[in-house]
Amino acid sequence: MDQTATGPDRIAVELAADLDAGFAALFEAHQNVLFSTALRICGRWADAEDLTAAAFLRAFRALSGYDRERIAGLRTRPWLLTILLNAWRNQVRTAARRPREVLDGEPPELEARGASAEAQAERHETSRELAALLGLLPDRQRVAVVLRYVADLPIAEVASVLGCPPGTAKSHVSRGLRRLRELQAAQVRPDDVAPQTDEEPDDLAPQTDEEKVR
Amino acid sequence: MTSDHDPLLAGLAAMAVPAPGRLLDTVAGRWTRVPGPAGDVYAAATDLGVAYLRTAGSAEEFAGLFRARFGRPLLPAARPPAGLLTALRTGRAGRVRLDLRGLTPFAASVLAAAATIPRGETRPYGWIARQAGRPRAVRAAASALAANPVPLLIPCHRIVQADGVAGGYVFGTPRKEALLRLEGANLDEVRDLAAAGTRYLASDTTGVVCFPSCRNARRITPAHRHGFASLAAADRSGFRPCRHCMPVLPGGPLRKQSA
Repeated sequence: MDQTATGPDRIAVELAADLDAGFAALFEAHQNVLFSTALRICGRWADAEDLTAAAFLRAFRALSGYDRERIAGLRTRPWLLTILLNAWRNQVRTAARRPREVLDGEPPELEARGASAEAQAERHETSRELAALLGLLPDRQRVAVVLRYVADLPIAEVASVLGCPPGTAKSHVSRGLRRLRELQAAQVRPDDVAPQTDEEPDDLAPQTDEEKVR
Repeated sequence: MTSDHDPLLAGLAAMAVPAPGRLLDTVAGRWTRVPGPAGDVYAAATDLGVAYLRTAGSAEEFAGLFRARFGRPLLPAARPPAGLLTALRTGRAGRVRLDLRGLTPFAASVLAAAATIPRGETRPYGWIARQAGRPRAVRAAASALAANPVPLLIPCHRIVQADGVAGGYVFGTPRKEALLRLEGANLDEVRDLAAAGTRYLASDTTGVVCFPSCRNARRITPAHRHGFASLAAADRSGFRPCRHCMPVLPGGPLRKQSA
């Protein structure tokens, strides 16, 4: 899934050649990453669908105004994720105040079938708990953790999406993970925890064990 | 990979989910080329229904028109949208679903009124403006018709000038005339009547006054047929407006009268 930091982006090349056909390839290649990121950041299945669709639409409209050279030079995944996050921030800003209820990111109808039903249910249960805990993180930490570990982006790409130096991105990720571990350890039920505000400065934090593992 | 050993990282990685299957169709349109009553047309549909229908020299040209109007990508469709072929063959939109997002409320009202005109009949521009709730906005109504995203499915060709002249059309006036003749509209009769000063026909057996293209007007036998230059004149002679074609006095009720 990883794209290397150098070399042409295959999808960008397709887009430069044919915007409509290239768009189908762009969607196919990145829809899962965009949807997963949207779902784990905003927490609601329907919102994630809307947000993903809106991001792709914005992307297409932007591409329509770009010349071939600019399109061919795009790194499509971080570019799309940046658009997605901008769309999400706008949405959050527009909505009077983001409701801080427990968000577990459940699909509208989740059926477990066949032999794997139990495993699926168990996995689903874990995801639900974790999703609820993620919802308690400050926005910046949640976004960083989701990009790094749910979307599986290398730290350089996380930094590019967040528009910050890699060191800062790392620190957001590690603080987010630390907070998640604390929450897990405390076994708190999400309802009992007051929402935390996002007030940490964007400076470099001392490296923690989380970085060393990588 | 660290996530193999760290349950938290493994849990986070497991939170990635595949995107729902139908998501692309909420973003992109799908095009097909289908036979129409006056040659092939290109149609674009979204997940909500047919959004755009035009003649074009090529799929690329059509995609360009679609993109300029909707700002959405256009991909090939596996098959025409449900009901489209039947609708084009019969001239009745029937069950074909339309995606009319992005219209102004007035344009939407104009097209909704146009959609009620049956095959084989015509209505004047003034009528459609009145039905759309703005009797004086005749030009604006004509513009809304000219920009109809789905001609044929919403039969904007059935709105003609009050004197029976076909008037403008998104596919050109000759096509409009040809379509109306194909549908059996009495364009020439309306024109001849108008030239003689008759804009409405009334029947003394039913006491009803109609537009001359109305199916009720066309059933009136010559012995019982009365022509009027204005609805006011017909009104003075005791005729009431037909409930099918709904001619309305200026300042009269906007919608179909009851009973």
